[in-house]
Amino acid sequence: MPDQEDQLRTAEPEGVDRSGAHEEELTAREPVVAGRARQGMFGTPGSGDTTGFGGLRLPAYAPAAAQRPFGGWFDELTDDLLAALEARGTARTAVQQVVVDRGEITYYLQPETVLDVCRALRDDPALRFELCSSVSGVDYGVDVPQRLHVAYHLTSMTYRRRIRLEVALDVPGDGGLREAPHVPSVVAVYPTADWQEREAWDMFGIVFDGHPALTRILMPDDWAGHPQRKDYPLGGIPVEYKGGAEIAPPDQRRAYS
Amino acid sequence: MSNTDHASTTRARHADGTPLGESTQGNPGAGRPTTAAPPRPAPGRSTTEGRIFTVTGGDWDSLSEAIGNPADDERIVINMGPQHPSTHGVLRLVLELQGETVTQARSVIGYLHTGIEKNMEYRTWTQGVTFVTRMDYLGPLFNETGYCLAVEKLLGVTAPPRAQLIRVLLMELNRISSHLVYLATGGMELGSSTAMTYGFRERETVLHLLEQLTGLRMNHAFVRPGGVAQDLPANTEALLVAFVAEMTAKLPEYDTLLTGQPIWRKRLEGVGYLPLDGCLALGVTGPVLRSAGLAWDLRKVEPYCGYESFEFDVPTATEADCLARYLLRVQEMHESLGIVEQCIDKLRATAGEPVMVADKSIAWPAQLSVGSDGLGNSLEHVRRIMGQSMESLIHHFKLVTEGFHVPPGQVYTSIESPRGELGVHLVSDGGTRPLRAHVREPSFVNLQAMPAMSEGGLVADVIASIASIDPVMGGVDR
Repeated sequence: MPDQEDQLRTAEPEGVDRSGAHEEELTAREPVVAGRARQGMFGTPGSGDTTGFGGLRLPAYAPAAAQRPFGGWFDELTDDLLAALEARGTARTAVQQVVVDRGEITYYLQPETVLDVCRALRDDPALRFELCSSVSGVDYGVDVPQRLHVAYHLTSMTYRRRIRLEVALDVPGDGGLREAPHVPSVVAVYPTADWQEREAWDMFGIVFDGHPALTRILMPDDWAGHPQRKDYPLGGIPVEYKGGAEIAPPDQRRAYS
Repeated sequence: MSNTDHASTTRARHADGTPLGESTQGNPGAGRPTTAAPPRPAPGRSTTEGRIFTVTGGDWDSLSEAIGNPADDERIVINMGPQHPSTHGVLRLVLELQGETVTQARSVIGYLHTGIEKNMEYRTWTQGVTFVTRMDYLGPLFNETGYCLAVEKLLGVTAPPRAQLIRVLLMELNRISSHLVYLATGGMELGSSTAMTYGFRERETVLHLLEQLTGLRMNHAFVRPGGVAQDLPANTEALLVAFVAEMTAKLPEYDTLLTGQPIWRKRLEGVGYLPLDGCLALGVTGPVLRSAGLAWDLRKVEPYCGYESFEFDVPTATEADCLARYLLRVQEMHESLGIVEQCIDKLRATAGEPVMVADKSIAWPAQLSVGSDGLGNSLEHVRRIMGQSMESLIHHFKLVTEGFHVPPGQVYTSIESPRGELGVHLVSDGGTRPLRAHVREPSFVNLQAMPAMSEGGLVADVIASIASIDPVMGGVDR
């Protein structure tokens, strides 16, 4: 890592706006997939589609990388963030992709840099994100590469700005059931993330390295599995009809989504 | 110490590792005094953690006899809850005591976890309202509005002005009822049962009004994506005028009863101190943050639902203690009542305007009316749908069973609930159901401040601190 930073520094002298070069770098990356692919007319799998539209294919949603200018204060903030990262010795490549959608800006980060980025965002006078509003895990489904994400919502009370940081985690092995994905804990910078990271561990099985006591918080201590994973088995409801009928679990019922 | 009924204590071992004493049966001094036996002796048993006593009240004498000389400086770990009248719900506290001073405090949550967020992933976007309303059950209309604002942001629609106005009205009524419960339960936990009866009495007035306006006392599911379920009833203005008059008379009673009362002040003043930097580090928002001096109220700093057109103040204090939080909540009730009053004129000015977006692919097609068995589907509306055309029936059926599609993406919206920033993070993958719904519950986040507020204080002050955070366990555990 240090070599890479040195190269960046030597190749591009201080004080020059390199956002354009970085933008190319950002857009060249593989987009983050955030959704599942659909097929057919009604989005319902496993049943015969007699509409004639069974061959429809809708690819999974991938948020488009934003192009300069982002609009509003987003450009200024992004410049300040990249400058702050550089001043603190974090590579600009920590920010993988910028997405501007519905008036909100999202920075997709390299997972291992999240603590450094949070520290820069909190401490830099031009950024001042004093409050970490929310940390939540997201599971985009078993078929999605890097299915588990962590979203951080930061608030700058000084400048009245809100941003979202998001990391997409590599899920090792068989869907992350045996080996958990790892991301650094931000508790050292935002103590309020303590319980929220515990919840994300409890519900999604994401390990926050450096958390002071990463234990389950909502489920019992001896619970097996992480309930908000999309592949967590859901229970059906047995009913007293002949032949042991059962109301299917919600994820196995026919659904038009 | 009456607050520590129904608690169990763990006695630490001696330094050499042997448990203190034997079981109750083997110790003649424990629980079986020769003169007068206590009504319910505290049964003790030896475990690897030391001796454990189950205390149920009225048995402190036998307990103190059983654990020997109280003057020795052994630490005692006391477990309060989860079923305990002073822990503000099913909250479990593990307190490490030195005498009666708390040296370490931890809270254990999850006893009311119902998997609401997971459940929402298998219901339509409209049905999600029915789930979020049950999270923080003292502020259901805030949950509904926060969630619906997020869905609307995903959809790219804005609810019509009258719907926003109705939301503001209902939220402010709800803020009053929520703060009244804070007064009632907080007062009860501190031993003031008059505060409890006053608080619940006035809350009943608010809930009765909410029932007349929305059809239900709690868990309204009245705010819907795109607007509200239906317009307010015809006699709303008369109801609101009567309500404002009644509350204007009754709200000052709390000041008269509690603010100057010496016991109330001594229990709250200087207790549960949490300064501004502590609040920010722990993510604490709402009245607790404002009691530390920062006028951070999302209704002012990031107005939503048209709050910018209302006149109200954001009361703050700098004492950062439980008394300041009590005073702030009382003042906030007055401010909320002022907003309700302003709503009356605005409601009159917007009478007859739509309360749901015009887009029929989103607008919930039901119409409700009061029938002989209460509020339900309007028969006239059902007749029109069923009799009008096949397409109308199909559209109704598909919208209700399948729901509407929401374009993919994610949003985060936040509103000012009675407890602080209520954030809703929704992720859509383009389907008719949320891919992920996460609620940033102010109760959940604020409860993390309990150790910072109570360590170093007395056991009784822990109760006052928790009451001043005002956590609602339905919101904490979701």
